Amino acid sequence: MADIREIDRREFLHGLAAGGLLLVATASGCRRVSDTFGGTAAGSGGTPAPDGPPLAPAVYLRIAPTGDVTIIVHRSEMGQGTKTSLAMAAADELEADWARVRVEQAPGDEKTYGSQDTDGSWSIRGFLQPLREAGATARAMLEAAAARRWGVPVSDVAARQNQVVHASSGRTIGFGELVAVARTLPVPPKEQLRLKQPSEYRYIGKEIPAVDLADITVGRARFGIDQRLPGMRYAVVARPPVYGGTVASVDERAARAVPGVERIVRLPHTPVPSGMSPLGGVAVVARNTWAAIQGRNALRITWHDGPNASYDSGTYRAALERSARSAGKVARAQGNTATALAGAAKRIAAEYYIPHLAHAPMEAPVALANVTSTGCEVWAPTQAPQGARDALAKVLGLSADAVKVNVTLLGGAFGRKSFPDFIIEAALLSRAVGAPVKVQWTREDDLQHDYLHTVAVERLEGGLDTDGKVVAWVHRSALPSIGSTFASHVLYQDDGEMAQGITDLPYAIPNLRGEAGPATPHTRIGWYRSVINIPHAFAIGSFIDELAHAAGKDTRTFIAEMLGPDHIVDMTRAGLTGKPQNYDASFDEYPIDTARYRGVLELAAQQAGWGQPLPAGQGRRIAVHRSFLSYVASVVQVEVHPDGTLSIPRVDVAVDAGTIVHPERVRAQMEGATIMGLSNALHGEITFKGGRVEQVNFAPPQLAAAGDTQRTGYQIMRLDEAPREIHVHVVPSTGKPGGIGEPGVPPTAPALCNAIFAATGKRIRTLPVAGQLAGTGAIA
Amino acid sequence: MELTVNGTRHTYTGDPAMPLLWYVRDELGLTGTKYGCGIGACGACTVHLDGVAVRGCQTPVSAAAGRAVTTIEGLAATTSGRPGPGEQLHVVQRAWRTHNVPQCGYCQAGQIMQAASLLARTPAPTDAEIDAAMRGNLCRCGTYTRIRAAIHTAAGDLAGAKPSAPSNGRS
Repeated sequence: MADIREIDRREFLHGLAAGGLLLVATASGCRRVSDTFGGTAAGSGGTPAPDGPPLAPAVYLRIAPTGDVTIIVHRSEMGQGTKTSLAMAAADELEADWARVRVEQAPGDEKTYGSQDTDGSWSIRGFLQPLREAGATARAMLEAAAARRWGVPVSDVAARQNQVVHASSGRTIGFGELVAVARTLPVPPKEQLRLKQPSEYRYIGKEIPAVDLADITVGRARFGIDQRLPGMRYAVVARPPVYGGTVASVDERAARAVPGVERIVRLPHTPVPSGMSPLGGVAVVARNTWAAIQGRNALRITWHDGPNASYDSGTYRAALERSARSAGKVARAQGNTATALAGAAKRIAAEYYIPHLAHAPMEAPVALANVTSTGCEVWAPTQAPQGARDALAKVLGLSADAVKVNVTLLGGAFGRKSFPDFIIEAALLSRAVGAPVKVQWTREDDLQHDYLHTVAVERLEGGLDTDGKVVAWVHRSALPSIGSTFASHVLYQDDGEMAQGITDLPYAIPNLRGEAGPATPHTRIGWYRSVINIPHAFAIGSFIDELAHAAGKDTRTFIAEMLGPDHIVDMTRAGLTGKPQNYDASFDEYPIDTARYRGVLELAAQQAGWGQPLPAGQGRRIAVHRSFLSYVASVVQVEVHPDGTLSIPRVDVAVDAGTIVHPERVRAQMEGATIMGLSNALHGEITFKGGRVEQVNFAPPQLAAAGDTQRTGYQIMRLDEAPREIHVHVVPSTGKPGGIGEPGVPPTAPALCNAIFAATGKRIRTLPVAGQLAGTGAIA
Repeated sequence: MELTVNGTRHTYTGDPAMPLLWYVRDELGLTGTKYGCGIGACGACTVHLDGVAVRGCQTPVSAAAGRAVTTIEGLAATTSGRPGPGEQLHVVQRAWRTHNVPQCGYCQAGQIMQAASLLARTPAPTDAEIDAAMRGNLCRCGTYTRIRAAIHTAAGDLAGAKPSAPSNGRS
């Protein structure tokens, strides 16, 4: 692994290093960035990096002569709290006074920071250790400087809250005064660092307000939509309503007549599959957003729709069902499922349908770009600033060095803002009009042209023996793959997608089979919070409840039985046909541990009052799922009313994510994931007719209460429907950290629908629940 | 036309049909008020018109002529705001910080403006009153349970601040 890296953002680093102590931390250790370096980071030894980006992720930590500490966080903040959590980790080891810590957002720069992709719930997993080491390294250097100044052994001094203290003499000295000496001292190698024991943590595991909290509450926080430049123009784009469509003709006259409209610009078409590229269309550039919206709406465009005009959700569901009912591509096979099913005492099968979902972040896609003769600078709410930078460089014919991507706060993202299409639009338009341009997607644009969550039919078949034990399990999943957005002829889920529930199934079932069925794509499929775990976990969590019911057993007991005695699942003997996938981690580091499944299962059940009687009309059920290397169990308590509406008195969520940095933000993520999971299950559905998305905008609030299924509105959970109580129970752990942002979503929907079954006897196999409960409420 | 925004008088000569949302954001640079849907279905653009919550995307500038507009940037200075320790904050803003309500934060200006309007009329709302008043404001991060709790806290703070209020345990 590279040990010394070329620093090509020299100017930036010079500025940071000037007079202060600047450390760069990578997985292989920390180095000082000298203010006198001539092109390489001054380091503790080693060899120069080979060409190309470093393999190691990097984080930067600076202590100024004033004693102020700056931590440069290279992950995007979209509400998950990463800016705060990562800074807490570095500040803790540094013994910084939190009041003196400033957190800065890094621009997109792979050479300097390594991968900045904020996805896959891996920020804490990937960077907790490097940030702790950066803090510990700086602390050691400051302590050494103080010991030298006082002429005492370094073992006699200790950093405390932005000072170094010599306990026996009572002397103290501030970090700022030590910087001038500390920056000349050798950087201690990683092996010599003394990291804190968990009992010594000052910030890790404690409650600290998020760094942007105060700004958010007074309207000062700056999101992508809030970026402004002098002379900036505003643009809104009409894109082809059918994926792959093109402009046949456009009548611009009415649009031009709108006061404030300045220019109408054609954007280039991208053939299917369009990948990260914009869809093309016609842009209206104006003096303000309102004029741009009105101008866009006044365009009269005739489109060539192309082959995807046939896309119809009803027809497509039938195609997916056919796919899931035939033998598919085998991803995992153990034992002989055909024989086992034939000999089973009881045999049941079920099909589940999970529709397209739209991300619908409250901040619709938006980006500001300024393209000049020398380069391009953008300000955007992006989860992937480097991908955006590379894509912009390619489209504009610039070198990556001439492109700067500033990462703003993200007003929600959920995977949508991993795609740079909206940023590229802004740059193309800025170049076309010769001024800074902000592209604003309206909510209509957002719903019509999202990179949608896939649409799935999941078919399960199971066999029980005479003791009610599962002896056979066949899971077939038919859904268009995310890979189809990037390459032609992708008809099957890949190994990584199948490993989100199907091939990593932990249960001790002797005869087991997982297959992918073919599915032809007709729209852009993207990553949506917890991704393919959504359909897989819904089907698995529901089917287990169905099997438990068929076996006449309590679901919690049944799941514990399926897990078997506590053990590590041996994935080398799991009958995988493809490459084992574990969220980019090894199974040695992050094994599938059934004890951790059982731990969250029992914790959630106990805390929820499992087994205690409920009033008539109520039900309480559970589901458990491992994703992004964390284990989550959800218990949902639901009340179904006589009119078919429902309310949710209580949800209990137990999470085992290894070491927790910021428990308060972890609880917030689990609360939010629960509400998003419930919203997906109760209301979430994007449908197509004639190749066009039918949902025009958010469903208006007056419809939401009635469980309305109006197709023209995209409904998301509102406050009055939210659970009255959500209790999050975090398993105490000093183990390796897992993901937090996504793993709370998958078990929520099956727990809800299982609870509905417990309350009413109605099994929900088609999502969303929407109006399906009419007439069921009185049964219980 | 003339209107007052956060206590400052402005003259506007542009399109009178422009929604207040885009006027305060694009023309005045008050970007705390957010765009969410443009059809009044999400509440991200909520501002006060003469102290009452309205949807900025559904309110043309012309409807604000001669009236007082308050955005999140001006909320703390309104009559229902009271100074907190260190920074002048409205009780709702303080409660939002106490409960760490926001996640991404994008919808929260609208949520806070809606909650402040509720408390101005209903100083001690029940859960049902909170549900009814707040159901028009969407939050995609799912902060709803904390919003409920924070409104109750703000209501408690308001009650505690009134010298004539009956004792609530504070001496």
